[in-house]
Amino acid sequence: MSGGNRVRGGVGVPVPKKDAPALLTGKPVYVEDIAPRDCLCVKLMHSPHAHAVIEEIDVSRAQKMPGVACILTHQDVPGTRFTQAGQTYPEFSPYDRLILDRHLRCVGDPVAIVAAQTERQALAAMRLIRVRYRVLPAILDAAQAMDNETLIHPEADWRALVPDCGADNRRNLVAAGEDAHGDVEAELAACDVVIDRTYETGANQQCMMETFRAFTRMDAYGRLEVVSSTQVPFHVRRILATALEIPKSRVRIVKPRIGGGFGAKQTAVCEQYPAIVTLKTGLPAKIVYTRGESMTLSSPRHAMRMHVRLGAMRDGTIRAIDLHTLSNTGAYGEHGPTTVGLSGHKSIPLYTHNMKAFRFSWHTVYTNTMSAGAYRGYGATQGLFAVESAVNELAHALDMDPARLRERNIVREGEVMPAYYGETAASCTVDRCMARAREMIGWEEKYPARTLPNGHVRAVGMALAMQGSGISNVDTGAVLIRLGDGGVYNMSIGATDMGTGCDTILAQMAAQSLECPVDNITVHGVDTDTSPYDCGSYASSTTYVTGMAVVKTCEQLREKIVRVGAKLLGCAPEDALFEGDGVRRADGSAGVSLAEIANAHMMAGTEDISACVSSGSPVSPPPFMCGCAEIDLDPQTGEVKLVDYAAVVDCGTVINPNLAMRQTEGGLMQGIGMALYERPQMDHLGRTVSNSFLQYKIPTRVDAQRIRVEFAPSYEPTGPFGAKSIGECVINTPAPAIADAVYNACGVRVRSLPITPEKLLLGEREA
Amino acid sequence: MNVTLTLNGRQVTAAVEADDSLYTLLRALGMHSVKCGCETTNCGLCTVHMDGKAVLSCSVPAARCDGHAVTTLEGMQEEAKRLGECLAGEGAEQCGFCAPGLMMNVFALAKENPHATEAEIDAYLAGNLCRCSGYVSQRRAVKRYLESMEVQP
Repeated sequence: MSGGNRVRGGVGVPVPKKDAPALLTGKPVYVEDIAPRDCLCVKLMHSPHAHAVIEEIDVSRAQKMPGVACILTHQDVPGTRFTQAGQTYPEFSPYDRLILDRHLRCVGDPVAIVAAQTERQALAAMRLIRVRYRVLPAILDAAQAMDNETLIHPEADWRALVPDCGADNRRNLVAAGEDAHGDVEAELAACDVVIDRTYETGANQQCMMETFRAFTRMDAYGRLEVVSSTQVPFHVRRILATALEIPKSRVRIVKPRIGGGFGAKQTAVCEQYPAIVTLKTGLPAKIVYTRGESMTLSSPRHAMRMHVRLGAMRDGTIRAIDLHTLSNTGAYGEHGPTTVGLSGHKSIPLYTHNMKAFRFSWHTVYTNTMSAGAYRGYGATQGLFAVESAVNELAHALDMDPARLRERNIVREGEVMPAYYGETAASCTVDRCMARAREMIGWEEKYPARTLPNGHVRAVGMALAMQGSGISNVDTGAVLIRLGDGGVYNMSIGATDMGTGCDTILAQMAAQSLECPVDNITVHGVDTDTSPYDCGSYASSTTYVTGMAVVKTCEQLREKIVRVGAKLLGCAPEDALFEGDGVRRADGSAGVSLAEIANAHMMAGTEDISACVSSGSPVSPPPFMCGCAEIDLDPQTGEVKLVDYAAVVDCGTVINPNLAMRQTEGGLMQGIGMALYERPQMDHLGRTVSNSFLQYKIPTRVDAQRIRVEFAPSYEPTGPFGAKSIGECVINTPAPAIADAVYNACGVRVRSLPITPEKLLLGEREA
Repeated sequence: MNVTLTLNGRQVTAAVEADDSLYTLLRALGMHSVKCGCETTNCGLCTVHMDGKAVLSCSVPAARCDGHAVTTLEGMQEEAKRLGECLAGEGAEQCGFCAPGLMMNVFALAKENPHATEAEIDAYLAGNLCRCSGYVSQRRAVKRYLESMEVQP
């Protein structure tokens, strides 16, 4: 029991995910698989109008239909406004919605809730609901929203919990503000070149394969149990308690395996509907969104319009950036005040090195479109499309290689980043990421473009990205680890594994800390009744924030184990050593195994051998990366194919190389979709046209010809084993990198995503 | 109306409505591996085998299964374990929600074209969407699985 490496499957090892065997044999582990067979089926009746008031609603005929258990309208729901956004106190998103409202603010807004024994019955009943609408003028363009005479939230009980974020419902404003450092106007005036451009991104859909869904029932104690496909169980508990006007003690949220989230499920999109049905009827109820519903009444990316002014000297020194972002939060304010902030705070700091001044200002407005939410990247994706495109445009204006231009200006390890909340880049290898990504793609030979014998043009483009690791001073993670029968560790996790593998990587960290095989750590999560509080999995927080909680919990647990072991050995704790599989006297004379320690404390035990430590961080260390795209453009048709994508990521220490690699490849693929294929569209009446995979084209495996990922690990001193985050940063580079490759191929600069053949052939040509 | 089909080797009789899909029927019969990701036959999540051929169960009327043999991942657990190990070895399953449909289509590919090239793998499985993995690791895993089949006695 002495010496040797007892850790197996610890930090740095590509162990398979703990849930892989169940997932890959099709076991019933997702929400719908485990819902009671006799659940009522809950369906929503959706508003056909972008902006309207319900004058009259008659459900009398519908109610008499066979199988109908209950039909609810705005007259039947509590009157307390709430937000569906899953965020920590003090919630930035305004309390601006009811479960059902008389005032309908976008196409798809729920008009009525119908619960019946079968889906067929619910839909048949819904067709008999009669509604008289008074249609109001709709605001569909974010640029028209601010100070428009039409108010989207005129209600007196509209409430912003953080008023200084600039929210004002009398102006259709959810947020407004400015952050600045230095005299940006003076610096821009002194620059040799100023790139002054506007870029736009759309309301992209996360398209997790499992749509929104939840089931609810009353438990033996008369409490509401909610089993939900959510990233934020603890936030959902608060949201439901507020919306339903019941105490939090009466709500329990359980998260089983979930089929992807990407931020979509950081918003309580659907839980309230079955919940109110269960409260009203006492019966179990479930809701499963169709793909169409998931694309019309969900929580997509905030569409943003970004005006960048980027000032530099002839030699390529970037001195000033001025960015204004107009963000469209849609009909409700979910994540509206917060996403917009990242568009500047996680793009401008990349160019800290020579920067004399920056200004970042923003407005987030209500419109009569689908409420936006959180989507991987959370505003940084939008901001980086703008800033990285502007930097590429600057390189062309200066006739300089964009890699050289970046080398001259990128943030260096140890530099304070004024545009990143004044935090220091304590770990940063973005320079190495860029050097290696260029090498991988063959930048020197390929930049900017070459024509193939078949007339197609091959071209390359690059972009950098950063993100955060959790929200500093806010996000909290915790795990509870207990030593049990025979020496097994049970780890209870409050963070939500949504397919990302956090249950596994947190177990790997625990195995490393407790010097044992990863198979000796069982994991369980999440249940708000038994899991320790964790804000949930979002903001790239889990590896960094919850990972640190694992490290701290294990430290405390080791001390406890040593104390109990020393008692069994008849020595003082100071004279005993933790050895992974047991405790030994420091002089080597005697030892007691972990199993003996665990078993001994079960016999008239006096001390529970468990530990639970919460952890948050005063900083949010950014991961960095570089992405280089090589495209093939057919000048005859304007079709762009991605030939190769080389990405190098600095996520600090890599905890599980396989899972970190999959995160990166998956994020890149979503970014590629955003760049080339995914086009959120609505018609002139505000109806979402791109409401299925027929219209909203996400990449298929044929589109993933070649994607290569490497790591350039730094060591983050505040992170667990030196780790930072990876989940979100990886979606940010494809759009600006591909846009520049396209420019290099044909001279057309696309500043509004996606890059379609039509745009290349018909317009947006440089003057 | 009633339909009688052979489900994973066992004869089953069930009552169906005229507009029920095979997907609806299979879920009702407790075949939880079968998932639905869209309503427009685009995602491949609901792939099962009908008389040994891969079909999208969302677009096959349940009534048409009368007298036919239907196989889901529940009926191919041994194969699932072997392909699953290849996928899990790469971490290629991520959320896992698309995995059963993908795997059923891989089994069909293995039967039709056991020596498939990477390009043939991509083309065959193009209708199986995955939003997590970025696909490239799945390509490697499927290739490895097909190769492992070759060395099987």
